[in-house]
Amino acid sequence: MAMIRLRGVSKVYQIGSMAVHALRPLDLEVERSDFVAIMGPSGSGKSTLMNILGCLDKPTSGLYELDGLPVSSFGEDRLAEVRNRRIGFVFQSFNLLPRLPALQQVELPLIYRGIPRRRELAARALMELGLGDRIHHRPTELSGGQQQRVAIARALVSNPSLILADEPTGALDTATSHEIMEVLSRLNQERGMTILLVTHETEIAAYAHRTIRLRDGAIAGDERNGSRRPVRLGTSP
Amino acid sequence: MNVLDTMGTALQALAANKLRSSLTMLGIVIGVGAVIALMAVGQGAQQDITHRIRGLGTNLLFIRPAPVETGGGFEGEALTLVDTDAEAIDDPGRFPYVDGVTAQTIIFTAAYSYRGKAVHAPSVGVNPNYEYVREFYVEKGNFITEADVDRKGLVAVFGSRTAEDLFGDKDPVGEVVRLSVGAGRFSISFTFRVIGVMEPKGATSTGDEDQLVLLPLPTMQARIPFLRNPKGLSNIAQITVRLRDRKYMEQAKDDIKQLMLDRHGQEDFFIRSQEDLISTVTDVSQTLTILLGSIAGISLVVGGIGIMNIMLVSVTERTREIGIRKAVGARRRDIMMQFLIEAVTVTLVGGAVGIILGMAAAQAANGRTIGDRELSTLVTPLSVILAFGVSAGVGLFFGIYPAFSASRLNPIEALRHE
Repeated sequence: MAMIRLRGVSKVYQIGSMAVHALRPLDLEVERSDFVAIMGPSGSGKSTLMNILGCLDKPTSGLYELDGLPVSSFGEDRLAEVRNRRIGFVFQSFNLLPRLPALQQVELPLIYRGIPRRRELAARALMELGLGDRIHHRPTELSGGQQQRVAIARALVSNPSLILADEPTGALDTATSHEIMEVLSRLNQERGMTILLVTHETEIAAYAHRTIRLRDGAIAGDERNGSRRPVRLGTSP
Repeated sequence: MNVLDTMGTALQALAANKLRSSLTMLGIVIGVGAVIALMAVGQGAQQDITHRIRGLGTNLLFIRPAPVETGGGFEGEALTLVDTDAEAIDDPGRFPYVDGVTAQTIIFTAAYSYRGKAVHAPSVGVNPNYEYVREFYVEKGNFITEADVDRKGLVAVFGSRTAEDLFGDKDPVGEVVRLSVGAGRFSISFTFRVIGVMEPKGATSTGDEDQLVLLPLPTMQARIPFLRNPKGLSNIAQITVRLRDRKYMEQAKDDIKQLMLDRHGQEDFFIRSQEDLISTVTDVSQTLTILLGSIAGISLVVGGIGIMNIMLVSVTERTREIGIRKAVGARRRDIMMQFLIEAVTVTLVGGAVGIILGMAAAQAANGRTIGDRELSTLVTPLSVILAFGVSAGVGLFFGIYPAFSASRLNPIEALRHE
């Protein structure tokens, strides 16, 4: 069964008397452990789609199932719980809390989950991302790439099934961008994490196995990548 | 998310903005400090007065003439109590619980002169059982005896302070003193011999009992004509009844009231127990305490508004943080609790500092004289608990709106917030 299943999902914003169709009713399925890039010009509905997939926003109409859960019918607190346990976010601007050392940044999802041994889990996640010697550093003491790796550690510490990366390399130089993409690829391959990535750059999208193109709130293209990375068997549409 | 984690988060946020946090706290510190200090003044006064009344003994009943309108808006006392009223109450057959009865009369200002020196103090006309009934004993020399009463003897016992004022270190016993009352045509003057000095007792509700001169009641009545009432009977200012035990208080009040009604045919007197006096005075001083506390409470409210203001600013400033927290799984109540605990922490820490400062201020004021009164302050555990509770309440009340608006933020908009 698909991990993500959208059926007729749309999003309409009411701006004054005008209805803006950010997403036209669309169907989409993403298999577990897939690595999908979402591309499209600005205003194409990428962000809206990501917000809905990330359970930060609710569709105007349609059904959204994540891991078999009918999340489009969930209330705000249950959505918070879904975000907490099943989704990890990586943002373009890192979105770390100012002043907090890396360890506490990574602990954050575990705090809201209310689980013990979280210091240990957070430290392990940071070490996995090669930040073992940076756990007490604050965001201002870290480079952009390091900050993004802290954010990735925070996203994966609660062992989510889905990682949503919204232009994760948008604020980084080329070398660091590739470094971050390597990290995401590794998480996808070694830990089987499903990754959805929004990007403008084909070079970055090439890390994914599947590319979905959006235009005017609708899916304009959906293809398997013949990339340098092998397409995993059993995940073809 | 548990409370400890939430508190940790809140404390971190407060520590990150030390200057702002402490300025916000200052409002609460001043408010709570003022409440504690002013309530200490009120409660000190209350304790002081209660002590004075208790100092008279708690198993006493006082019968006094009822206040009457004397015209021109002035109130006087009906000249109704007489010696025989006291004798009628002192009837062990009828009132077995009565331990002693004494009648007294009083001239509030009289001058006493001795070898060119003069002091002023009230003159009280008493019977020999005054000592026992009031539990107020002679220390030096002798008290007034039955013989002194029978022959309307010109003798007197001095209160300890009056004795000291007039005689200094000299032993007053045996000395002859002139007493003068009134002025001009109405002035009366006679001499008497000092036979004793009372033990020091300190101030009580009926005035300073160390500052008086006790004379035999019949002497006063015979020598001072305006102590006789219009019917020509000797007038009594107060009858004091000592009961065997406090538990007879209500019964004694009822019985004696009935007796007096029978004797007088009207209620031209009133009966008060110590406890009545205490509760009256306590009512008054409690009102004072509440008034002082409320005035100080206003500054607490102002402090609370300051907290609300800062919390609203803080919520706006930390919109993005709220978005991040929501994205990683904070529920509305987690965000709400975080900001609420921040507000309550500010008020509780401010409250604790305020309590310490207020207590210090109360301590510093204690025993100082303001005008001619000695100020006594008392910080009760109740006022500390109250101040602490109120400051927590202020934090909750003024923190709830900012916390609520934080919890309602849309995570997408919050994340986009610069």
